[in-house]
Amino acid sequence: MRAPSPRSPLRAVLRNPLGAGSAAVLLLVLAAVLLAPVLRPGGAQSSNILDAYDGAAAGHPFGFDGAGRDELAMLLYGGRATLGEAGLALLIALILGLPLGLCAGYFAGRFDAVGSWAVNLVMALPGMVVLLAARAVLGPTTVVLMVVLGVLIAPSFFRLARGVAADLRGELFIDAARVAGLPAWRILTRHVLVAVRAPVLIQASLVAGVAIGMQAALGFLGISTGVSAPSWGGMLSDAYTSIYTHPILMLWPGLALGLTTAALLLLAVALRDALEDRPGQASARRTRRPEPVRVVPTPAAAAGPARAAARSPLLSIRGLTVAYAGPQGAEREVVHGVDLDVRPGEVLGLVGESGSGKTQTALSVLGLLPLGGRITGGSVLIDGAETVGADERALRRLRGGVVGYVPQEPMSNLDPCFTIGSQLAEPLRAVLGLGRREAAARVLDLLRAVEIADPARVARSYPHEISGGMAQRVLIAGAVSCEPRLLVADEPTTALDVSVQAEILDLLRRLQQDQNLGLLLVTHNLGVVADLCDRVAVMRAGAIVETGEARQILHAPEHEHTRALLDAVLDDAPVRAPWQARPTRSVA
Amino acid sequence: MLAFLARRLAAAVLLLFVISFLSFLLLSLAQVDVARQLLGLQASASAVAHENAALGLDRPLLARYADWLGSAVRGNLGTSWFTGQDVAQTIGQRLPVTLSLVLATTVVTAIASLALGLWAGTRRGVADRIVQILGVAGYALPGFLVTLLIVVVFGVDLKWFPATGYIPITRSFTGWLSTITLPTLALSLGAVAGLSQQVRSAVAAVAAQDYVRTLRARGLSGRSVVLKHVLRGACAPALTVLGLQFVGLLGGAVVVEDIFALPGIGAMTVADTSDGDVPVIMALVMVSVIGVVLINLAVDLLIGLLNPKARLT
Repeated sequence: MRAPSPRSPLRAVLRNPLGAGSAAVLLLVLAAVLLAPVLRPGGAQSSNILDAYDGAAAGHPFGFDGAGRDELAMLLYGGRATLGEAGLALLIALILGLPLGLCAGYFAGRFDAVGSWAVNLVMALPGMVVLLAARAVLGPTTVVLMVVLGVLIAPSFFRLARGVAADLRGELFIDAARVAGLPAWRILTRHVLVAVRAPVLIQASLVAGVAIGMQAALGFLGISTGVSAPSWGGMLSDAYTSIYTHPILMLWPGLALGLTTAALLLLAVALRDALEDRPGQASARRTRRPEPVRVVPTPAAAAGPARAAARSPLLSIRGLTVAYAGPQGAEREVVHGVDLDVRPGEVLGLVGESGSGKTQTALSVLGLLPLGGRITGGSVLIDGAETVGADERALRRLRGGVVGYVPQEPMSNLDPCFTIGSQLAEPLRAVLGLGRREAAARVLDLLRAVEIADPARVARSYPHEISGGMAQRVLIAGAVSCEPRLLVADEPTTALDVSVQAEILDLLRRLQQDQNLGLLLVTHNLGVVADLCDRVAVMRAGAIVETGEARQILHAPEHEHTRALLDAVLDDAPVRAPWQARPTRSVA
Repeated sequence: MLAFLARRLAAAVLLLFVISFLSFLLLSLAQVDVARQLLGLQASASAVAHENAALGLDRPLLARYADWLGSAVRGNLGTSWFTGQDVAQTIGQRLPVTLSLVLATTVVTAIASLALGLWAGTRRGVADRIVQILGVAGYALPGFLVTLLIVVVFGVDLKWFPATGYIPITRSFTGWLSTITLPTLALSLGAVAGLSQQVRSAVAAVAAQDYVRTLRARGLSGRSVVLKHVLRGACAPALTVLGLQFVGLLGGAVVVEDIFALPGIGAMTVADTSDGDVPVIMALVMVSVIGVVLINLAVDLLIGLLNPKARLT
């Protein structure tokens, strides 16, 4: 959790062209503004009305403004005012927001309650209105206005520091420091401040841009700086009065202002990349959906006993390979040439450890691999039609009506914003073309078919109002709603309580037998296999290691990995508890 | 639902009370000799004292605040110290201008951000990059600079729309449209830049949800899932940001109204607050804060409407 040492990220920022460029621009602007007395020792006020609106001349590269003042001198001295005052506001915001936020996050309790309430109050105030009101009350003293602006932008630092400190409170090394008897202020300055340093730096860069914009806006409205002292906002205001005759005068202050604020934002972006992105994150962010490569199905070609076998008319997979986009465009293959067949009315168990590629294989059948994943080769025949390389419309015709899908986690697979009834009715209307009323009636039939006692009430309920077991019944109803002939069930009972698991398995078996469904059942639970499956395919590290009748696999496994899986159960000391029932999120 | 509304209303009233008191306190602390300003430097001390008494400034702070509060809750915001005009009436005349600007901006921002965010969040690639660049540009450039650019390009150079002035919608709709287009554009750009980023990440997050895959597995088209389910799921976070932006929008309206010479609340804030006119400033602060409170309430109600889980609280 400790922030990385500041030296290496700094180098990373400068190696990034964006970061180096914006840092260079900022340094240039800062140097020019600081050196104003050297570059233009005469100040900005010397004017000659005869020069008014004149273009560039020797020694005056930017020409003259409407009062005959040298534009360059105005820019330099104006920048001093604009940047200096914005810097003051930033400083005030840091001094106020950072320590208070750290304390609020670290001590929590009443301190936090009061602090957060005050911050919300400040954030509800429209800044510009407050600034104008403050000007009315306190007079047009720039310093005072900038203090007010500082107070107004302090909440951004408060919230940031509070969040980081609150996160750190539970960290072990903070506990250790506390147990070791370090006083709170030492912990805050030694440990918490270090962790908050990087995000504060980024935020400061962003807020500096905002403060400069605000200062310039105040100057433009003729509020912050007096008439005499130049500022970028004031220059824009002057130029605006002669916008029809000399629009060029807006260019230089506008450019100075735009460049400075843009450089600050881009610097913040570069800082965030350098300070916050761990290597993995950086690559994940760059990951793009791979080009839609048209995959040509490669049907039964290579050797192997399964490949020579006749292909099932319902589902037949040959040589399926699935790959995920990795960093720098390289693809990582996670499924290496899988062969599977599911015949009508047959239950095929696809077993293996987590990460063995079972779910990827199942999702490939539906053509619904997660972002970044794609089928790179092989053949998937559903109902005799090739789906590898088929377009989205062809796949959609198969989904729902031919293939149904029962997901693993009941709660996350229901849209929390819609009632159960409307979610179930939607495919009925889209796929089967039912009318609103027919669909509603059919939804009740479906819910009754999955043994839900009060279908009307459940149909009216939102997902958070029903239990996990009930939700899984709803999902099974959704999977069979358009009368498919093949069901793909991805660990349909893993997320459920043990007692509910048996009920769901009974339901699946009954539906499968009643409707003579082919079922591809993905599971790591050999108990489920023994209970339900006709045949079993054992998967390991992206490949099928053994396929056979369930009885044979369970009693006389040939492959050592299958034996290891079985041993893990029989030993009564499973390597990994198969029935790790997660707490269901809500119980109706 | 009623309990929720009642609670929120109570919180809003408390907030208004606190802010009004703090503002009143600050305004009274200021060392502005109003009577002297009104009467001029030549006025005698007794005339100044008399004027102060007439304005009620000789009475204790709490009594003055109680007076102000008492008439404010009855809708009487007093009269301006300097112009003698009825403050509530002045604001009533100017509020429609600002409201039409802010409402038009909100509608434009919401529609443009949803469209851009959906585009970037579902297509990724080039679309993503374009929306990202727009976001950086919109955030990096100060709003008033962008406004000036818009005036120069569309008002002065191309002369597509008038650069300044306002025609009420009650007089001429097309006239109103022509005077409100550039200000709305100016005010929307920054807001769209921020909001479209939020919509984009919300859309990307919802699109990766399990239920989206499950719905597609039932044969629904990607487009209908996006338009119905992804959009609905992404609306709540987007609305929250839109509510937060509204506060900034009020500040932006001040500058935009000043630049386009719109006779709204914002321009009034710039013009009429310079001399410490307490009744006017108090009224302006109250109107802005009420606007913020109302928008936040509307956002919360809308989120409750969109997300059944949030309805309970």
